[in-house]
Formats: sequence, structure tokens, C-alpha cells
Amino acid sequence: MFWTSYSLAVLALVLAWPVPVLLSRAEWPSRAPFMAMVLWQAIALAGGLSMIGAMLVYGLEPIGDNLLAGLRALAGMVLHNEPTTALGFWHLFALSAAALLSAHLVFTLLLTYVKIERQRRRHRELLALLASPSGDGSGTVVINHDSPVAYCLPGGARSVTVLSDGLMAALEPTELRAVLIHENAHLSQRHDLLLWAFAAWRQALPWFPTTRLAQVAVNSLIEMLADDVALRTESKGTLIKAIAIVASGSARPVDHLAPHGTSGQDTSPDASSLSGTGGADSPRTTASRVSRLLSPRPPLPAAQRALVLAASAMLLAVPTGLLIVPGLLG
Amino acid sequence: MASLGELERAVMDLLWAGQEAATANKLRDLLAQDSAATDGIAGHQGKDLAVTTVLTVLSRLEKKGLVERERGTRPHRYQAVSSRADHTADLMHEALGSAPDREAVLARFIGSVSESEAATLRKLLGQD
Repeated sequence: MFWTSYSLAVLALVLAWPVPVLLSRAEWPSRAPFMAMVLWQAIALAGGLSMIGAMLVYGLEPIGDNLLAGLRALAGMVLHNEPTTALGFWHLFALSAAALLSAHLVFTLLLTYVKIERQRRRHRELLALLASPSGDGSGTVVINHDSPVAYCLPGGARSVTVLSDGLMAALEPTELRAVLIHENAHLSQRHDLLLWAFAAWRQALPWFPTTRLAQVAVNSLIEMLADDVALRTESKGTLIKAIAIVASGSARPVDHLAPHGTSGQDTSPDASSLSGTGGADSPRTTASRVSRLLSPRPPLPAAQRALVLAASAMLLAVPTGLLIVPGLLG
Repeated sequence: MASLGELERAVMDLLWAGQEAATANKLRDLLAQDSAATDGIAGHQGKDLAVTTVLTVLSRLEKKGLVERERGTRPHRYQAVSSRADHTADLMHEALGSAPDREAVLARFIGSVSESEAATLRKLLGQD
């Protein structure tokens, strides 16, 4: 049991710091965004599992040979008032910490969900009053705003893609189609679930490098995945042009609509805050998307994809195995 | 009858367009006028519109924090909490992820762009 908890703790440490740092610097994720996404999810799940597992196994060490036996003995103590003398202070401390961390993770996940849902409901209410349906199809609305803006608001059957007047004016029909396909890919591939999970992960453990790096990487990977969907039907040039127009327009909204006007008006706050912190996005996201489109590298070979997949499976299997297989490490 | 959603939209349009607070009666009349002006069928609906329906719509909008009521006078007068442009700006801030504490809610086509990055992109476009 001691070696099990020791191995889990080492795994948790490795997944909290060096592995995410290395992965975030790696070049291959842009060649296989889906595989990279799977790996990030495996890292997050395995990291959480081994963190909690390490403490749980350490705390249960005196009362059971494996996790199940230990939990059964613990349940006896809690439910039937059996003596707890076998557990020392640090064992109880580890068990409480494991329970608190699990509760914290679940609670943060739920809280983030409630918060996101509330924001979405509010946003949808305002859209119902402010935006008008577009001719481009159901689930697309147009809002009266000068900067070129496109985004989607997920919500199952009520999902909606929002385009601004500024965007409609700045883009050619093919470019607009590329934008719409890109946004619809976010909706159909349920990227909102990934964003939710990783936002909660970061919210729960903000001081861990892994949670920040994972959120930044996931934000960038979903854009690549959606770009890849758009590229199936639209040309690369069209997509690049659309990205460039929207990006340059949203950084200096007034610029290409009215040449060198003294800005002011309601668009300028967007510009100033955008060049500032800029939320969860890595400032490199757009640049890496464009350079990925401009100088495409061949997709990752099948063998290496399989390797990533195997690594992800291992990441999940190892902590699970350490936890449930009795006496694996003595 | 028009749906409550459509009526909410119509009422907000009136309140955003009007300069001062309006009573439910006034709003009902304006709604009836509006729909009479657009076409025959809608005009018929407009005449059927009851003041109580307008009050229902107003209380829904008040609950959503979009409309406020002046309670000093009788009958109560209603006005929009903030302008149409302000609400749009709020939405855009959320959409661009620049509002505080609103991360990762929406998948947007372009997230944040730094000024240097935008310059590179403009160069790319040949706009410079």
C-alpha cells in the first residue's frame, strides 16, 4: 500500500507540472488536434485520480491491503462506530484531504455549470430582444454591431450562432460560409462540454500549471478542429482571409470600417480590453491557427497517432490499476 | 395573439425608442398603432391586445432586469433600464470574452487578438 500511494503521488506530480509543460510546447498537437485533445483529457482525469488516490491509499494503509478492503473498513468505522485507533493523525489527515478535494472538484464542476447556464440564459434573453434572424438558415441571428464578431451560444436545441452587421459587411459570401461552418462545428462537436470541464478544472485548482496550460491548449485545439471542418468544404485561402479580417477588425474595430476616424463610440472598449488580458485565450491562438493554415504540416502518421492514443489509455489505466488491483505493488 | 416573446421584443423596441417613461396604457396604444401600420392581420391582433397582457409582458421584462417601474405615480410608468446600445455592448463584451469572470462561455470565431498579431494579419491581407 505504501508503494501504491507513493507511485500515485509521483504520477500526480508529474501530471501537474512537467508533462503539461512539455505538451504545451510540443509542435505535434497542431498536426493531430483530436489526438492532442484526447491526451489533455487523459492527463486531467489521471491527474485528478492519482491526486485523490494517493491520499486515499496512504490514509487507508493501516486498515486494508487494498483500496476496497480499506474503504470497507473505513465504512465500518464511520457507520458502525468501530474503533479508529488503527488510524494515526496523518492517516486521518490524508483521508480528510482526499474527501475534501473530491468534494471540491465535484462542487466546482457543478458550480461552473450553473454559472455558465445562468450567463447563457441571460445572453439568450438579450439576443431574443436585440438580434434578428438571418437569412442564412435556422439558428443564425444577426446583431447590430459594427465590429466583425461571430460566435456561437451553445444550448442543445436552442443553440444559436450570432453574427454582427460588421462581420456581414466585411466578409464575402464564401468567407461568411466558412465562418458559419466553423461555428457550427463547435456546436455539433459539443466543444462547450470541453470548455466547461476545463474551465471548472482550472477554477478548482488555479495554482496548478497543468490546469492553466490545459485550458489554453483546449481553447486553441477546438479552434483547429473547427477550422479542419471548415476546410472540408471551403478553400484554405477563404478561411485565412476570414480569420484575418475578423481578427484585424476586432483588434481595431473602427479601422477598416471608417479609415482613421477618431474612434470613441461603443466599439472602442472592446479594442482596449482585447489587447489587454483577453480572457482564457492564449494570445498565440490566432497566430498559431493562421500559421497552421499558411504552412501546413502533414498530419501525424498513423503510428504516432496510435502512440498518443495508447499513452492516453495508459494514463487512465495506470492510476485505476494501482487503486483497484489488490497488492499490485505490495 | 402574438407570442409573449414577440410582445416583449415589441415593448422593448418602444421603450428604447421613446425618450421618457410610459404607462402600460400608452404602450398598448402604441403597439396597436404599430401593428395597424404594418398590415391588416397584425392590426386586428393589435386591437385585441389587452392592457393586462401588456402588464404581464412588462412584469416579465422587469423580472429580467430590463425594465424599471416608477412607483411614485399612478398608473405606474415604465422605462428601459439601459439603452439598446449598452445591452448590445454587454453582449459583445461577453462574446469577445473581455468582460471579467466570463471566460469560456462561448466559442467565438476569433478570441482575443493582440495588437502586434493584428498588425501581422493586416500585413497578410495587404491592408497594412
